[in-house]
Amino acid sequence: MDDTAFVEEAMKRIHSHRGVRGTVVVNGDGIPIRTTLDRDEANQYAALASQLTSRARRAVKNLAAGAASEVEDELQVVRVRSKKHEVIILPDFDKNREFMLIVIQDPSAHQPLFSEKLAG
Amino acid sequence: MLADIRPNEEHAKKFVVRTPMCTSVQVGQQMSEHEVNTNPVVLINRGVLHTEGGWPKEIDCTEIEQVIRYRKRQEKDEHYIRAVVALCASAEEVIKENNAIDIYEQYWEGETEEYATEAPTAHSLTQLLDPSPSRRGTQYMCWHPDGSRRVAVAYSTLEFQRQVESGPSDSYVWDLGSPAQPEATLSATSPLISLNFNPKDPQVLGGGQINGQFVVFDMRRGSADVDATPIEKSHRGPVHDFAWLQSETGTEAMTVSSDGRVLWWDTRRLGEPRDELALAEWGVASGALSGAVSLDYSPAAGPTKFLVGTEPGSVLLCNREAETPADRIGASYSGHHGPVYGLARSPFYPNFFVSCGDWTARVWNEDLHTPLITTAYHTAHITSVHWSPTRPSVFFSARADGMLDAWDYYLNSQTAPALSMQVADCALTSLRVHENGGLIAVGCADGTTSVLQLSSSLVDLQPGETAATLAMLERELAREKILEKAQKEDKVRARKTSPAVVAPDEPHEVPTAAAEAETTADSSDDIAQLEKEFSESTI
Repeated sequence: MDDTAFVEEAMKRIHSHRGVRGTVVVNGDGIPIRTTLDRDEANQYAALASQLTSRARRAVKNLAAGAASEVEDELQVVRVRSKKHEVIILPDFDKNREFMLIVIQDPSAHQPLFSEKLAG
Repeated sequence: MLADIRPNEEHAKKFVVRTPMCTSVQVGQQMSEHEVNTNPVVLINRGVLHTEGGWPKEIDCTEIEQVIRYRKRQEKDEHYIRAVVALCASAEEVIKENNAIDIYEQYWEGETEEYATEAPTAHSLTQLLDPSPSRRGTQYMCWHPDGSRRVAVAYSTLEFQRQVESGPSDSYVWDLGSPAQPEATLSATSPLISLNFNPKDPQVLGGGQINGQFVVFDMRRGSADVDATPIEKSHRGPVHDFAWLQSETGTEAMTVSSDGRVLWWDTRRLGEPRDELALAEWGVASGALSGAVSLDYSPAAGPTKFLVGTEPGSVLLCNREAETPADRIGASYSGHHGPVYGLARSPFYPNFFVSCGDWTARVWNEDLHTPLITTAYHTAHITSVHWSPTRPSVFFSARADGMLDAWDYYLNSQTAPALSMQVADCALTSLRVHENGGLIAVGCADGTTSVLQLSSSLVDLQPGETAATLAMLERELAREKILEKAQKEDKVRARKTSPAVVAPDEPHEVPTAAAEAETTADSSDDIAQLEKEFSESTI
């Protein structure tokens, strides 16, 4: 029971940051396990992000193979910046049981711009 | 020892040290291939709709209880807990980074306004090919009014004795995102030669047919036309141009045709024309009508005013709501030696308009019966002309030898186009500029429509351009007015000196306020002063 409390705590911390609009935890099958978004939106994010991540991971692996380095490379994070949001995708590839955390953040929401700071 | 060659001191003195230099020598013949023919690639769009999946076999994802139970089980998994806690920690870092500084911030936005220095260019974005097998020309195009990258294209053959009765009469609406296939088909009963989106309801299109009928399409209701004017009350010639009128309902339209009539319609009741105007010209015996080939209707100039370009080569300024029926054709501007195929009012200064006919394009003012600016005579006919919607001093003209010209009166000269580009090997028939100014659609006689992307120097408004262009046009207007006055005075003087000879009246001379103005003192002084001003302003 203690362990699930850790998850709750970590999630709470994430949501306490400015501009965080929602989170989705997706398992290796692309199923949203835990989310703060509504069902359709969570499915949409889960489906698109898992496809994107698997492709990005393959790209990273191929690049590492091309560079002939000793250490195997691994994808760490995918950050997709759009006009409205930043979608942060953090994959965890451990054995065969993958998990993925998607955070949707609105970075401009509370941020004073440089020009505004100057004016202020 | 066979020989003893001593060093020659004389030769040693002549030795010159050469500074290092590089040369290269190519022995083989240089060869390169410039052209390549490829088969057109046919692309088809397919979509997949994926809603929900990936669930284990034994779980039905529509059963909420099963889903919740499955998620609960997953959340209790030890690996899940470890992974999520670790991921949350690294996610936090990224979030903090984002909140600390906006790395995509634009720092010097809108600070400096500078003149465009790059040479104007245009590059071909895409080509839309007529999907029907017969050879038809692109007659008319219209961009989607809401600014999206969609264009409606009317295809037909207007050449003498080449029209086929049973030929295809479909026209299409294209989306530039998928140029392989048209987005919608408009099946008219007779080929279309004009086509416009209704600005109030972009799903509705109006079309002018070659047989004189005006038809209405609704893209929501299939490809066939939803309504058409009765053939006995329609035009007796091809509907060369038409315009949707500015009205509350957005259902009114006016059509012009080579039969010399202008008809007004309301699409709610197409049984009968609302109004009619016969295009009888000044000084021409009554009954002889001038066929219309082009029309310009700009609400900015007045919701009832419009310009018509005629086959004899004059432009008629008409007003639907004139006080007397005779005044409905207000003024006539002659100068072209052939049909006026293109006509466009300036979007910035509604009193000025550009026309094209014969081999020239001309810029006019409503108050004056001679053109302000005439381009040089080209070797090929000019078939279409349009202003740039974003730069007041730029207009585009299409030529019958496949060249597209961009004229820039502000950054470039009046005598030569800023950009001449060979768009096709065949004649260009029409052109339309997208409302954001960056895209231009050019129709060719072989049925292709090329979409060009213009460089930013032809699109972005330059500092001080709006005022400077207006000043330039008004200077030309003043100059033309003074010249006209001087000519009149000369004529009066000639009449006085030789009263026996009666000068015949010029057929196109129409009294206007400008011409009627009191002939004041020496107009040659005015010209001298004006030329001085001109030379000062050009320095």
